[in-house]
Amino acid sequence: MEFFSKDTKFDFMGLRRYALILSSAVIVIGLLALVFRGLNWGLDFTGGTMVEATYAESVEITTVRDQLRTAGIDDAVVQYFGTARDIQIRLPASEDASDAIGASAKVMDALHDAFGENLVQTADSDVQQCAKAGSTETSPCHVQMRRVEFVGPQVGDELANDGGIAMLIALGCILLYVTFRFEWKFSVASVTALVHDVLVTVGIFALFQFEFSLPVLAAVLAVIGYSLNDTIVVFDRIRENFRKMRRGDSVEVMNVSINQTLRRTVLTSVTTLIVVLTLLLFGGEVIRGFSIALFIGVIVGTYSSIFVASPVVLQLGISRDDMLAVKKEGAELDAIP
Amino acid sequence: MLNQYPLWRYIFIALVVIPGLLYALPNLFGNDPGLQVRGTRATRVDTQTLENVTAALQAAGINPREAALDDGSIRFRFEDTEQQLKAREVVDDALGNRFTSALSLLPSTPKWLSSVGGNPMFLGLDLRGGVYFLLEVDIEAAYARQLQSYADSSGDLRRILREEAEVRHRGVNVNRSGKIEVRFNDGASRAKARDAIERLLPDLTIEERDGESPLLLLSLSEQSRKEIRDSAIDKNMTALRNRVDELGVAEPLVQRQGDRRIVVQLPGVQDSSQAKEILGKTATLEFKLVDEEHSVQSAIDGRVPPGSKLYKMRDGVTDILLYERLLYSGENIVDAAATFDNQGGGGAIVSITLDSRGTLINQRVTGENVGKRMAAVFVEDQTEVQRDASGKPIIGEDGRQKLVTRRLEEVITAPVIRDQLGKRYQIEGLDGIQEANDIALLLRAGSLAAPMRFVEERTVGPSLGRDNIKQGFRSVTIGFVLVLIFMAIYYRFFGIVANVALALNLVLLVAVLSLLQATLTLPGVAGIVLTVGMAVDANVLIFERIREELRVGNTPQASIHVGYSRAFSTIVDANVTTLIAAIVLFVFGTGPIKGFAITLSVGIVTSMFTAIFVTRAVVNYFYGGRKLEKLAI
Repeated sequence: MEFFSKDTKFDFMGLRRYALILSSAVIVIGLLALVFRGLNWGLDFTGGTMVEATYAESVEITTVRDQLRTAGIDDAVVQYFGTARDIQIRLPASEDASDAIGASAKVMDALHDAFGENLVQTADSDVQQCAKAGSTETSPCHVQMRRVEFVGPQVGDELANDGGIAMLIALGCILLYVTFRFEWKFSVASVTALVHDVLVTVGIFALFQFEFSLPVLAAVLAVIGYSLNDTIVVFDRIRENFRKMRRGDSVEVMNVSINQTLRRTVLTSVTTLIVVLTLLLFGGEVIRGFSIALFIGVIVGTYSSIFVASPVVLQLGISRDDMLAVKKEGAELDAIP
Repeated sequence: MLNQYPLWRYIFIALVVIPGLLYALPNLFGNDPGLQVRGTRATRVDTQTLENVTAALQAAGINPREAALDDGSIRFRFEDTEQQLKAREVVDDALGNRFTSALSLLPSTPKWLSSVGGNPMFLGLDLRGGVYFLLEVDIEAAYARQLQSYADSSGDLRRILREEAEVRHRGVNVNRSGKIEVRFNDGASRAKARDAIERLLPDLTIEERDGESPLLLLSLSEQSRKEIRDSAIDKNMTALRNRVDELGVAEPLVQRQGDRRIVVQLPGVQDSSQAKEILGKTATLEFKLVDEEHSVQSAIDGRVPPGSKLYKMRDGVTDILLYERLLYSGENIVDAAATFDNQGGGGAIVSITLDSRGTLINQRVTGENVGKRMAAVFVEDQTEVQRDASGKPIIGEDGRQKLVTRRLEEVITAPVIRDQLGKRYQIEGLDGIQEANDIALLLRAGSLAAPMRFVEERTVGPSLGRDNIKQGFRSVTIGFVLVLIFMAIYYRFFGIVANVALALNLVLLVAVLSLLQATLTLPGVAGIVLTVGMAVDANVLIFERIREELRVGNTPQASIHVGYSRAFSTIVDANVTTLIAAIVLFVFGTGPIKGFAITLSVGIVTSMFTAIFVTRAVVNYFYGGRKLEKLAI
């Protein structure tokens, strides 16, 4: 079975002006969202405490908030994270770091107190056990702790810092690698495409206020590496065609190249999207942000290989002569395994 | 003949694939309920302990499936959890509080497999449930203390100025920016002083300044700061390990991170606040003189002389009588290390270094008491949950679990004072390097290096751990199946070949992760899912190329050949960039992110191998060297 039996003949380069408008629009919207709404920074970067708990029956947010207030916790943000039985409580980072670590215990205690029960550490059971005051009988707790996270303020700053540095280093290494394999016009073009991808992804996160946590940053980094795949495949074909095709100006060569690789680009994106969608639907809420970032990244990455990287190369004035310089190097690497 | 693989290539592939299958196998076996027994406070677990415990278990009618002693702990394997829980009570009763037992899940890998190094993958906390703490040591406090000890009236600095440089000074004190300021009357004295300090106190960095009087500013050199840092972290880690042992957790992890942080991982622990409390406490040391005037026996009988107290030695048997007066404590100990005596007989010794206050007291006490014995007492407040007869925790009226605190005091060592001692001294006459290590460990565990505080916590409850595994597994399965179906439909025979390669890819990936004993986290599982999607890229590239060649009019055999050769460099290029990103993530990431980076990196490598070599081998096997009319692609 085949989707395209003949080579398509789309005039991709002709569309590049429209693509530029589209990309600019999306990026501007994203930047506006960043400026006016800001990113929904996850705990990893802001510091603070987060407690996720599951109740046996559905519970009201206001009830939980009142329980916390009785225990002296006033600045908690309470929301559902799954069903009406799943509660997420967030406390902001406090300057008094000495007892910030104890905040999560205070929260859980307050929640347990509402049922008059207390946590009992028992042998490795799947379900947390509680006991009422004065008795030794244990039964599953009405409130089950799912997870607790506490990040001290300086750790949060460090993670943000390290994340930024990692991003820059990755981009730098990739720039060097592409220059080495092709030549500088291609590497500038590919980095432009990558920066475009990052901006669009981050912009969408700001627009929809998805939580931007550390795994999301990791996903963006992985997407950077992955979306380059498409770009390189296209560049490879462009280089080959510049050498092969005697006639045709740069625009034509590039169009032909992209059309030839279109099938392959679409297909690999399809297979990757299949698995990313699987992650999105079945991976659970812990890696939700991560899956969303991957999903957006794969789509935008494919788009940018065709509509951002290639036009930029064209704009930088790629021509047949550029290809001759790298000819020797490329030829010896096209070896049979 | 095109497209024929020489035999050695098939053998090579088999050599990779068969061990791959072997090392991925352990992951299919489940877990057995187990019990792990370890000694606390440097108590050793040996064959005698094993015999005692086994005897106790048999007397209680429990027959463990397996009992092994290795690596300082005893591991029991049971048929079911009922036996496991019963066994824990029996063991705790039989051994007392010198040992802790911990419930654990032991992988049921068969012996023949584990003997060649086959083990299941190591699950991260987000898949197992448990507590993760990151603690930071207040190094600045340690630096300040060290600098202060130089500046103190009993410290080395003043002595050197007085005796070695023979100059007068107008004051020594620590200024606001944390450096020692020494004021002199004139430049000449300062120069002499500087000479002496450079010569005799290499740990200090010297600056000259001219204020109302000539000044020397002294601070700790980078080298000595590093030594203090390493020593402080080491002591705090020792203290933490000691504490973690007492918690009775199976497979805990205490590890240094960076230059001032310590990671503590406690799998299976659910009550993180209790863990925090216990970890936060530290043990202390008390140094006291041995009371040799009065009879130990009469003290045991009940007549303890006033001003003295009866203690037990570490062996739990020998009694010793000490004067109650505290000479100095653990916070005065800067370091304790076990080494060999280079000057004396060459036996094992423990070398102890004191701070300025400790030095002062030590000088005085040892000077007055040569020939007498001084004891080091290990003091620890042990907090435990009070349990009733059946082992269930007792809940008090306030609704909380009743905690009972026991003060543990035991004498580590009580050596004879040979002559007047000062800043550094040795404990000799030990049984060997083993005993020296134990004593040094206890001394370090009991001496506060620098305060620690918690800077990060991630606790995953058991239900979430279970959910994560379920969801992760489901994602991998569904993703894999969907891709299989797609490839089979779209590329027919070649698609099926690609699917075989994909399955093999997963097996190899699991095998490598198991061999490396890398930690599998939820993002790591996502990385595996991503690998499944990316692995087919290479095959898509090759097959599309083959189709192209066929369309242009090339023969089937030539198309296969060209398809594979042309695509090779493109595949490498494309995968290298993802690999770069994965490596950057590995270097900068922590915990779960590292897990993702590992599965992604390994996945890329294994997928390149299977997509290129394995599919080629299969294709060549079926199509190689024959005349072809059509290709099922």
